[in-house]
Amino acid sequence: MIHFDFEYVKPSSAEEALQLFEQFTANGKKVMYYGGGTEFISRARMNEIMTDVVIDLKAIPACNVLEENTEELVIGATKTLTDLVETNFFPLLSSVIRLIATRTERNKITIGGNLMSNLPYKEGILPFLLADSKLAIATKKGIKKEKITTVFEEDKIRLKEEEFIVQILTDKKVVNQAFFNEKKTKQSKVNYPILTLAALQMEENIKVAFSGLYEFPFHSKEIDKQVNDHKTSFDKRVEKVIKLLPASIIDDMHASSKYRQFVLKSSLVKMLENMEAVSS
Amino acid sequence: MTKQEISMTVNGMEKEVFVRNADTLLHILRAQLGLTGAKPGCNNGDCGSCTILMDGKPLNACHMLAVEASNKHITTIEGLTDTTIQDKFIQKWALQCGYCTPGFVLNCYALIENEPNANDVEVDEWLDSNICRCTGYQEIKESVKELLRARRAYG
Repeated sequence: MIHFDFEYVKPSSAEEALQLFEQFTANGKKVMYYGGGTEFISRARMNEIMTDVVIDLKAIPACNVLEENTEELVIGATKTLTDLVETNFFPLLSSVIRLIATRTERNKITIGGNLMSNLPYKEGILPFLLADSKLAIATKKGIKKEKITTVFEEDKIRLKEEEFIVQILTDKKVVNQAFFNEKKTKQSKVNYPILTLAALQMEENIKVAFSGLYEFPFHSKEIDKQVNDHKTSFDKRVEKVIKLLPASIIDDMHASSKYRQFVLKSSLVKMLENMEAVSS
Repeated sequence: MTKQEISMTVNGMEKEVFVRNADTLLHILRAQLGLTGAKPGCNNGDCGSCTILMDGKPLNACHMLAVEASNKHITTIEGLTDTTIQDKFIQKWALQCGYCTPGFVLNCYALIENEPNANDVEVDEWLDSNICRCTGYQEIKESVKELLRARRAYG
């Protein structure tokens, strides 16, 4: 049971959503955008969040697009994770997100909601970070396109409070590249990751991104550089990657930081064995 | 306005209900429509005991607002009568305490309807959405697999 009341509106365009946001906030109301709503309902039920107004984005046609045009794969922010797995336009993305939550929950969780989640994991972001995808963001001045790597700062995608993601745009040349993905949990298949590793072959080089190690998903060019040091053995490359990691690897009931490091090492070697076999 | 009237088709019948926008569909099904087959378990989208079908897709009714079901077709376990999956659950003893059974039956029904060619990995993936604390997974899995095999063999 959610213990507070809120207004619920379902605009049919991005402009209308922005207008509603402005209108309600001008009246002193707290407003939240709503996609699949799974995280919202869980947190609201536990009194971790509160809002006066919910703006449901699911009726906005641009947020429901899922298509390839001549240059890009266009994914609407309110498409569910199941929609994306079933259409499989971007195999690395499908592989990563089909390990998020359960099959039934993925019928409800939207990709936009996953990217904007307050949880540390947000594994859906990893393929987009690797593919240098762009976000189409609804702003007061219209739709603005930004590289995801530009708006992803520190631990999350930083948007102005009235802004929201309408679409994610990915270069078609990238989506069918060779990839590797592995998720390790403490025990059961369905759980938060102690490590999710995603890797994508980009021209000559492998790019690799992680979730579960820190309080946020991350990709680092320095780590890519070590991973692609072809003159060095896999084990030495992995050791160099470990040295580059900041010290604060998560240490909690799911796994100690040392165990996470151990899992990372073995996943990296496995990734290198797989990816370099493909590219050679 | 923090409340509104919504219409939805529940088990083939038109229903109009007055809901708080903050009400979950699970709460409305049980408290207003008397459909107690969808069970509250974790209330967090983890256990699947509240599984319903919305336009044929399984969803956790605890993890959706009732207002999101406006103008949708909802199927609860009460609307699923005389199906082969229910018979198979009985035949295979695929239930013990029964609390998780409605959720499992609806999920299995949707799996057979939507993915008749599902392989073992896909069956496992679907069934991972529901938890049985009596651990009756093997019999449940056998029920689904037997029906999938039969459907493939006889159409």
